[in-house]
Amino acid sequence: MSLLELDGVKVHFPVKKGLLFDRTVGHVYAVDGVSLSVEAGQTYGLVGESGCGKTTLGRAVLRLNDITEGGVVFDGTDLAKLPSEEMRAFRRRLQMVFQDPLGSLNPRQNIESILAEGMAAHGIGKDAAERRKKIEDILAKVGLPSNAMSRYPHEFSGGQRQRIGIARALVLEPDVIICDEPVSALDVSVQAQVINLLEELQESLGLTYLVIAHDLAVVRHISDVIGVMYLGGLVEEAPSDALYAGPRHPYTKALMSAVPVPDPEVEDRRERILLHGDLPSPANPPAGCRFHTRCPWVQETKCATERPPLLDTGDGHKVACHFTAEIEAGTVKQTLATGIEAVIGTETVAAEAVETAEAEAPAEKPAEDEAPAEEPAKAEAPAEEPATVPAQADADATEQTEDSPKA
Amino acid sequence: MSLLSVEELSVTFTARGRKDATAVDGVSFEVDQGQVVGLVGESGCGKSVTSLALMGLLPRKGVRVGGRAEFDGQNLLTMNERKLRDLRGSQLAMIFQDPLSSLNPVVPIGIQVTEILQRHRGLKGEKARKEAASLLDRVGIPDPDRRLKEYPHQLSGGMRQRALIAMAVACAPRLLIADEPTTALDVTIQAQILELLKELVDQEGTALLMITHDLGVVAGLCDEVNVLYAGRAVESAGRRELFAHPTHPYAHGLLGSIPRLDAPRGEPLHPIRGSINDKIAWADGCAFAPRCDHYTMECLTGTPELTEPRTAGHQVRCVNPVLPKAEVPA
Ligand SMILES: Nc1ncnc2c1ncn2[C@@H]1O[C@H](COP(=O)(O)OP(=O)(O)OP(=O)(O)O)[C@@H](O)[C@H]1O
Ligand SMILES: Nc1ncnc2c1ncn2[C@@H]1O[C@H](COP(=O)(O)OP(=O)(O)OP(=O)(O)O)[C@@H](O)[C@H]1O
Ligand code: SF4
Ligand code: SF4
Ligand SMILES: [Mg+2]
Ligand SMILES: [Mg+2]
Repeated sequence: MSLLELDGVKVHFPVKKGLLFDRTVGHVYAVDGVSLSVEAGQTYGLVGESGCGKTTLGRAVLRLNDITEGGVVFDGTDLAKLPSEEMRAFRRRLQMVFQDPLGSLNPRQNIESILAEGMAAHGIGKDAAERRKKIEDILAKVGLPSNAMSRYPHEFSGGQRQRIGIARALVLEPDVIICDEPVSALDVSVQAQVINLLEELQESLGLTYLVIAHDLAVVRHISDVIGVMYLGGLVEEAPSDALYAGPRHPYTKALMSAVPVPDPEVEDRRERILLHGDLPSPANPPAGCRFHTRCPWVQETKCATERPPLLDTGDGHKVACHFTAEIEAGTVKQTLATGIEAVIGTETVAAEAVETAEAEAPAEKPAEDEAPAEEPAKAEAPAEEPATVPAQADADATEQTEDSPKA
Repeated sequence: MSLLSVEELSVTFTARGRKDATAVDGVSFEVDQGQVVGLVGESGCGKSVTSLALMGLLPRKGVRVGGRAEFDGQNLLTMNERKLRDLRGSQLAMIFQDPLSSLNPVVPIGIQVTEILQRHRGLKGEKARKEAASLLDRVGIPDPDRRLKEYPHQLSGGMRQRALIAMAVACAPRLLIADEPTTALDVTIQAQILELLKELVDQEGTALLMITHDLGVVAGLCDEVNVLYAGRAVESAGRRELFAHPTHPYAHGLLGSIPRLDAPRGEPLHPIRGSINDKIAWADGCAFAPRCDHYTMECLTGTPELTEPRTAGHQVRCVNPVLPKAEVPA
């Protein structure tokens, strides 16, 4: 049995609207039926683009988000159904490291007090002296100087703050650490320090990781098994090397072909599979295969009507696509124009592509790539009262603005 | 002569009550028509300040700009504001990292694009609208007629960036400066935008100054690459030469420290120690010295000169460059 098993986990956020009464006008299907297992001592990497539900899934495991449906079985106990008092004991064993190390550290507490707080709450260490000893050990383990104890978060660089975040998780002696974008806020030259640290700690402490990241190269580097998410669901799962050697889901193929490799020789030889349009909103996901509005291999039958289950295609390589075998065998061809014409929209090519797509799609669900993404947005002119949950595009934009360092 | 030729550009912020801070410290490079030149480096190394200086968009007060930046033979740094404004938007255009902040949130996209067409190309009314729609179409925004009526927040991040590119290319600029144009976007959207930029360079002969921290993007796009560290170029070379033979310890270290999608799982990474906060002033020596494995006392005797220790045209600012132990002839 695996240490951590997710079984059909769904997290749906209600979308509320209205001045006086909060009316639920719909749901954001942030996580929509994810099953996966994480083996003890291994790293499961979850990748996917912005808004596909990675963070929501990670938070759901810790019950920081309500689980709408499904089970989270940790070491034999289903956490999803656990009363909150009993959940406390499990909280310690499952820890999270966040993307933004500064935002998750109280600026007014020094490092010792930040780390001791959690230990006291979970009854680790008899007294302050014992806790201090332990904190010293852990700080050394994560490569911070011992005088770090009396200093404050802002006195550290980004990479050092991420080490503090890791130390805060480690002092509680967890079994599983969920790392949500552990290096994406760090400078390139510092990312490797933190990646190496996570790997060393896993080796020496036998930790189990669930690593959530949008950077496929980072995830490939540290994961034993990789799950690829698209709009709330897993579309492919495979051992790290197998996924790289032969991605089988059309989305994974496109994603992998889009990741730049710092090597001109490789870049010049690469064939890109360019996708049309943008990610549809999880508040209004496409019917059938969630990817059918952008899939270069989309077929007339099934794709727009039936949601493909995640099935084992051999060697533990799981894929959620109706046409995996046919695409692999080459009997199903790419249907939408890809390549530069599709992007630049040279009139003829673009028009043809749209025509083909429309001809293929069932009447009520036009497959013109942008259509599903637009629906939530068009309801909101700027003057109108916005829904409590903004459309995905807006939510992203706010985040990006905050993240991007400004001159 | 190159279309843009930057020589010893320096920018110092001189806020009162604070120590002068030199953000760009003698940067030189050239960009030719139809060429893509990359400025690459980590957060704070001066990429954005360099581009703002070239565009004349730095604050007027509290900034000291030195050096030359000749665009088509005219020095951008000393040009008067009116002339510069004419150049901007017609011959010179820029795409910023964050598309939302460079679009006016309360003005529909269509009006923002037609305004440019009116100002710089004298197009009016229906003609301007038609051209605007065709521009959006060209950058791959579906249903451009409807999009023109929408506000920036109604577009996704990728579409906003495409709208910005449409505005930037509206007047067929001869030089486009793109400051991290894809950093805020997902990789599949990034691939679309990069393809679009390549197309522009290949078909229109636009010169592109590409600013990014992503060496992967550089590897696929740039003809010439300048690696910046703490405000100075530390290594400049052709794309293939740089990636095959990174010679400055920083560039070398950077390439060894990034996980690669095509590297086997578990291949060890070789991080650079410390962080960019650990630096010394260039005037005292090599700013990278506190993090450098090749460091010797010589590194602390003033700014190292640019030399060409390997091949002509491959410039390196280091007294102990990373060279093969002995070049064994094949
Ligand atoms: N508390 C919430 N209430 C309503 N919607 C939410 C909430 N949290 C997340 N969402 C929405 O759920 C979807 C998934 O979000 P999530 O943060 O899990 O994505 P992600 O994959 O982590 O993306 P990123 O890479 O940008 O971090 C998004 O559309 C998001 O806007
Ligand atoms: N208006 C300003 N006043 C004072 N200092 C500034 C100003 N703008 C930028 N700087 C400083 O100049 C240096 C270079 O900044 P710049 O924005 O060019 O970095 P960058 O290379 O673009 O980094 P990033 O990758 O984070 O965008 C930084 O140390 C920054 O703090
Ligand atoms: S099920 Fe259809 S639309 Fe979905 S990935 Fe497979 S081919 Fe593409
Ligand atoms: S000059 Fe010295 S310190 Fe600077 S990079 Fe070269 S060897 Fe390292
Ligand atoms: Mg997230
Ligand atoms: Mg910048």
